[in-house]
Amino acid sequence: MQVTITVNGESWDLDVAPADVLLDVLREQIGVKSPKIGCERGDCGSCTVLLDRRTVRSCLVLAVEVEGHEVTTVEGIGADRLSDLQELFITLNSFQCGFCAPGIVLSATELLDENPNPDRHDVQEALSGNLCRCTGYEPIIDAVLAVGQRSGEVTP
Amino acid sequence: MTTTHPFEAEAERNGELNAVGTSAVRIDGIDKISGAAQFVDDLDFGPGLLHGAVVESPHAYARIVSIDTSKAEDAPGVVKVVTGQDFPYNFGMYMGDRYIFAQGHVRFVGEQVAGVIARTHRQAVQAAKLVEVEYEVLEALLDPKEAVADGAPLIHPDLGEYSHVPWFFPKAGTNIAHWRKIRKGDTERAFAEADYVLADTYRVPRYAHCAIEPHVTVGKLDHAGRLTVWTASQSPHTQRHLFAEALAPLGFSHKDVRVITPYVGGGFGGKAGVTMEVIGAAMATAVKGHPVKLRFTREQEFYNTYQRQGVVAELKVGVMNDGTITAVEHTLYWDAGAYVEYGANVVNAAGLSATGPYRVPNIRNDSLCVYTNLPPGGPYRGFGYSEFHFGLESHLDRVAAAIGMDPVDFRRKNAIVEGDELSYGAHMNPSGLLPAIDETASAIDWGVEEQSDDPNTVIGKGIALFWKAPAMPPNASSASFLKFNEDGSVNVSVSGMELGQGYLTVMAQIAAEVLGLPVEKVRVETPDTDRNPYEWQTVASHVTWSSGLAVERAAVEAREKIFDVIHQVYGYEDDTLYLADEQVKCTTDPDFAKPLRDFVIDGIQTEDGTWRGGPIVASGKFMPEFTNANSDPETGQGGHPNVHYTVGACGMVIEIDTHTGRIFVRKAALAVDAGKAINPDLVRGQITGGLVQGLATVLYEDMRFDEDGRLLNPNFTDYKIPTAFDIPDEMIPIIIEVPQPDGPFGARGVGEHTMIGAAPAIANAVFDALGVRITSMPITQEKVAQAVSASPT
Repeated sequence: MQVTITVNGESWDLDVAPADVLLDVLREQIGVKSPKIGCERGDCGSCTVLLDRRTVRSCLVLAVEVEGHEVTTVEGIGADRLSDLQELFITLNSFQCGFCAPGIVLSATELLDENPNPDRHDVQEALSGNLCRCTGYEPIIDAVLAVGQRSGEVTP
Repeated sequence: MTTTHPFEAEAERNGELNAVGTSAVRIDGIDKISGAAQFVDDLDFGPGLLHGAVVESPHAYARIVSIDTSKAEDAPGVVKVVTGQDFPYNFGMYMGDRYIFAQGHVRFVGEQVAGVIARTHRQAVQAAKLVEVEYEVLEALLDPKEAVADGAPLIHPDLGEYSHVPWFFPKAGTNIAHWRKIRKGDTERAFAEADYVLADTYRVPRYAHCAIEPHVTVGKLDHAGRLTVWTASQSPHTQRHLFAEALAPLGFSHKDVRVITPYVGGGFGGKAGVTMEVIGAAMATAVKGHPVKLRFTREQEFYNTYQRQGVVAELKVGVMNDGTITAVEHTLYWDAGAYVEYGANVVNAAGLSATGPYRVPNIRNDSLCVYTNLPPGGPYRGFGYSEFHFGLESHLDRVAAAIGMDPVDFRRKNAIVEGDELSYGAHMNPSGLLPAIDETASAIDWGVEEQSDDPNTVIGKGIALFWKAPAMPPNASSASFLKFNEDGSVNVSVSGMELGQGYLTVMAQIAAEVLGLPVEKVRVETPDTDRNPYEWQTVASHVTWSSGLAVERAAVEAREKIFDVIHQVYGYEDDTLYLADEQVKCTTDPDFAKPLRDFVIDGIQTEDGTWRGGPIVASGKFMPEFTNANSDPETGQGGHPNVHYTVGACGMVIEIDTHTGRIFVRKAALAVDAGKAINPDLVRGQITGGLVQGLATVLYEDMRFDEDGRLLNPNFTDYKIPTAFDIPDEMIPIIIEVPQPDGPFGARGVGEHTMIGAAPAIANAVFDALGVRITSMPITQEKVAQAVSASPT
């Protein structure tokens, strides 16, 4: 089946099978590798991407469903310049092995889009679908809260 | 060899360290946050890539009567089907009891019986279902106590013939693959003379590592006969060695086998040694010219990689009324699983150190590695110590309570200190255990009773100490290469793995410190066994120490070569020269400053027009030369098996909802003695990560098997690891620094230790809150609720 998908601002005309999931199409046909294969059943969140600015588990989305929609991965978030959130992830050590990091950055990006100054509970809720085994989450939460505080300073 | 402590002279001149001891920004940060970081599954192998799938045993113990691969071979896209007959070899890390594919018998549910290689992943999976295997089902043993009983069926009748390291003592004709004994003093007499003796049994189930990246491997045998294997691994050189050994009958030498390990998506011990990687490597040898990818599903990740071993711990402790511990007997029955080639060393390590960080004059430890028909046990962060500290630290709280002593005072009184004799006769290294206890107690306001405003909520506090030594062969080594570039920047090559702990950054900091460079001028990358020098494995919390020493020595050698060039050209004596600000400077000539970039590749031109120097390259290595594993098998006395211990303390403040039994961790504090924190933020990262992983084992996780040995919860829906909601309200990382005399800048490892204390600290806090002692892990909401309803209060 032919589908047209926009990924990180670039339009792709693709030939996909009905059972192909978005995750495999991104990785194998487009070569965007930041969404990771962690569980293939929507539990771990490492395949998280933004679909029209809302997070989805790309392992659970059929490629044909994405026809005409816009997909953003972490490569698209920081293509020209890392976002404030990404900068803070680096300086606050909000990652260790880095495998879950792309998905977590996207979940946090969605949260901050909707709620520029979230509280700790908001952040925990927004990230609760993304598993991280390394950090104990605390440095991740700190980074998201720090972005919120920064934005609070700019627009009081 | 060059001096071990060049930093002292450096620090003396400069007054302070510039790179070491700073929270330098991680050098892998931009890779991992921009999406650039490549893991094995992200590498491209072109259109020739084939995909593997594994045919698995449905039985816990069975004889293979026949395997018919014909239907699978005829299936669409299938290129090749292989079985145990194609690879009749055994191998193993510490004991040769393991096979690439099952040989005659299967010994756990999920064991690999055959492999299918096809054009696509889907075709391989579909064809694997068409392999027909006939089994004769045998009686399976799922419990270590049953497996050691007289007359139990034998899981490995050939145990007596397996090769093994000299410090293992297998009991042929039984299911005991290794029995580590420690006999020190006279425990019987000490118990008879003790004022109080307490004995009880503690149970700890199996756990899964749950690195978010599943195991994946790509093997390729090219037409020139060279085998390259890309793996998600903690152990590139150990894997190369085991591939070369296991596949030696196919004509490989070590030089023909190359292992490349890019970034790894979490390890925790689960990607140490070799598990599924050897399957992928072997499959590749069957389809010359084609790369073959084998990626485990999350389910396979749970049941056919290493699992943390379960243990039944029988513990007896004797004390005097003043709180002095006089005797410990600790018998550990390990559910080691179907193959123990790595797991038996977990058993060994625990047996050597099962007294915990205490001064104990009379000791009897028995640590038994018992075969069962469950998946192979192996290393998991803490390597046996996480497992036995639950019982030990729970038990010591009970002993303290029974003699009316405060648990913190009791631990302080018995805490091991530098020079104390260890269970095997060697002596304890310098340690900050006492300040760790004090700072942890202070962080949780120990001794201050807290009450909730909610009548249905009770508050409890608990504390636990921990220790752990790297568990390694006595001659486990590290090496490093270092080369300067034209602009004065440096590439350091090592073969330790960046698992997320920040290893690459720490190595860069060490090199930068010795060479007077900013950390940003040092590049350290993940290894390739063809180019990078030897490293045993990234396990045992030893790479900051061991690989750090190798990097330090390489940097010192480079510095000496730099000074030599300066001496040749300008005549300054080496001992007047030093490196700072990317320049060579001289203590006797303040005007002299030669930028490194001016000469580290091209050398320096002399007055007659000729040149001196040339590219600055150096190497360093480290092997502990004071250890030996030769001890008496019946007493464990005489050797020096452990290089040193890292110690610390963990404290918890919890609230329990007495209606539901739910535990909320309000505060978790953990102090660990890093010797010298090369990068304090990274140490704190290990503490928060380790604390949550330790809490997971006591509050949320455990592996559940049915009566046929089948894992019931091989996924994240049913095996619940913590989410962002399931963490303490507050975590307090505390770094203690009592230098390790032989460590790089005084450092010792901390990675595993941060996980050990959480489980017993929670058990002790539950007791403090409810007066109820729970002696099995995990301490689930259900167990707490039952305990509350059964308790008189």
